[in-house]
Amino acid sequence: MLAPVLFFLFAAVAIAASIGTLLARNPVNSALSLIVNLLAVASLYLTLNAAFIGIVQVLVYAGAIMVLFLFVIMLLNLEATPVLEAIDKRILAGYAGGTLLLGAITYLLARGLGALPTFEIAESAAATGTPRALALNLFTTYALPFELIGLLLLVATIGAVMIAKKRFV
Amino acid sequence: MLASFIPLFLQILMAAGLAYTLLIAAKKLGPKRPNAVKTMAYESGMDPVGTARDRYSVKFYLVAMIFIVFDVEVVFLYPWAVTFREFLTRSPQLGLFVLGVVGVFLAVLTLGLVYDIKKGGLEF
Amino acid sequence: MDLPLYWVALIGFAIINFFLVSASVLVYYERKVSGWIQNRPGPNRVGPWGFLQPFADVAKLIFKEDISPTASSPFIHSLAPVLMVTIAMTTAALIPFARGFVIVDTEVSALLVLALTSIAVYGVTLAGWSSNSKFSLLGGLRSSAQMISYELAMGLSVLTVVLITGSLRLVDIVEYQNGPGAWGILGWNVFRAPIAALIFIVTAFAETNRAPFDLPEAEQELVGGYHTEYSGMKFGMFFLAEYVNFFVASFVIVTLFFGGYLLPWEDALLSALPGLKDSVLLGVLQVLSLLLKAAFFAFVFIWVRWTLPRFKYQQLMTLGWKMLLPIALANVVLYALFFTFKALLGWGG
Repeated sequence: MLAPVLFFLFAAVAIAASIGTLLARNPVNSALSLIVNLLAVASLYLTLNAAFIGIVQVLVYAGAIMVLFLFVIMLLNLEATPVLEAIDKRILAGYAGGTLLLGAITYLLARGLGALPTFEIAESAAATGTPRALALNLFTTYALPFELIGLLLLVATIGAVMIAKKRFV
Repeated sequence: MLASFIPLFLQILMAAGLAYTLLIAAKKLGPKRPNAVKTMAYESGMDPVGTARDRYSVKFYLVAMIFIVFDVEVVFLYPWAVTFREFLTRSPQLGLFVLGVVGVFLAVLTLGLVYDIKKGGLEF
Repeated sequence: MDLPLYWVALIGFAIINFFLVSASVLVYYERKVSGWIQNRPGPNRVGPWGFLQPFADVAKLIFKEDISPTASSPFIHSLAPVLMVTIAMTTAALIPFARGFVIVDTEVSALLVLALTSIAVYGVTLAGWSSNSKFSLLGGLRSSAQMISYELAMGLSVLTVVLITGSLRLVDIVEYQNGPGAWGILGWNVFRAPIAALIFIVTAFAETNRAPFDLPEAEQELVGGYHTEYSGMKFGMFFLAEYVNFFVASFVIVTLFFGGYLLPWEDALLSALPGLKDSVLLGVLQVLSLLLKAAFFAFVFIWVRWTLPRFKYQQLMTLGWKMLLPIALANVVLYALFFTFKALLGWGG
């Protein structure tokens, strides 16, 4: 009974926080809203019985990636974004791209809405959302994609060191 | 599943409640007599020079970047750790295969760590 | 536990209060032990043997002026200490205090401890940034870099325990350490995985910013670190969070590596005294055993503070990234290989 109530509560928090992320002028406030958004999404996973994914969301996104964001904001001392007066081409391109993306997502959602199973989500997540169920698939059937993730992470480390070394030391 | 997390949400609410109670108690009970010198940023008794909102070494950024990579790695290892002994009891061959899969994953990332150390990405 | 929600809330509230009081007692404990180590009496004026000193301190902090420095961000300036206290108190609810006595019992509790630890970084970072003081900002940056660096080694040492136990539930991890019969305490994870235990204890020091990892508040160079610009109860909240954190860290160390709430030789004891099984007395004894073990580790935290000098920043990062991380990784691989050989050669179960 509680699950749907909590789901919509956290969904509302997530939406409010993402609007806050967009509207905040101060980059730190914006980043904080994004953290709230990520935590709300993690709670959404919990209401869908995907405990492991929910905690990993907190651990990786809220605990690692947003720390990096905050570091960047703090280290580079990004000031509040100035109020834009003249509309230049880049902003127009941004609006056009955003509208296009929104349209594509709306189209897919509208098409897929009828195809979604209604009641089985929570049960199927309960069966597949545990670390055990995840592992049984990940390390056998999906072993190759798993290795590719490893390579991707390697590229990311090398890239980070390359960029930082070249520019700043 | 979700039911086991409800106490967690409750606990977070209560803990935050305690923290805000302390905050408000201090606001209501403490004196409020600010003056320019009192609210000045502390700089060993001198007037602060410039502001703290300056640009700092990018080293911290690099640490955070490398941290993300290894954090993701460790997160991927948790499901493995939970099930590895189960794989082994099911059949040692399957366990060996999984060990190989994870071994390659670990080797690739250890390569990354060695690269970082050799390139001086982790010198401070 | 299948208790009605209001009971869960009540017990959770009781645990928050327990840790609130225990933080005061710990402050007294730390000052007395420090005094004893340094051949001086420690606090001895307020109340018998100075026992009421921390409570007097709390009262003082509440009635102090709360100064927010100019050009700080007032909201974030208040948010940071609130975050620290909230996270510290939430982590406390994850600990199993006795068999069947745990408030937040999820099947990913061990990860939840790490996730909460990783969010605690924000308290420090935001405190440093919002104060708009150079000491605070540098202290906050150093501290957050230190916390994220040691999180990896900590995660890998927990991983070793998970590999042995095959579960992320803290209750399962504790019960797995129950050695049969005379083996008793040899079932504790500290004997099964001594290197992981050592790494976890070291990283716990670093995560709680305790000496010798107390660089964020290295007073000779950074004044007060990230809480330089905090006064009154807001400073008190950082103080509270620090003590709750290191007490909770002691509990987590005991839970993961020292048998948690288990009594030493519990199985042998139970077969000698069958009437004890499932009795309330056993529960009380288990809580006491957990408390005693945690109090011992709280003592270790204080002891180490007056034994080891503080690290230099670059030594600290070298230790974290070039020593603890590779050792913890190698340790995990070692255990994986051990279990594989065990299965291949068909030893044991």
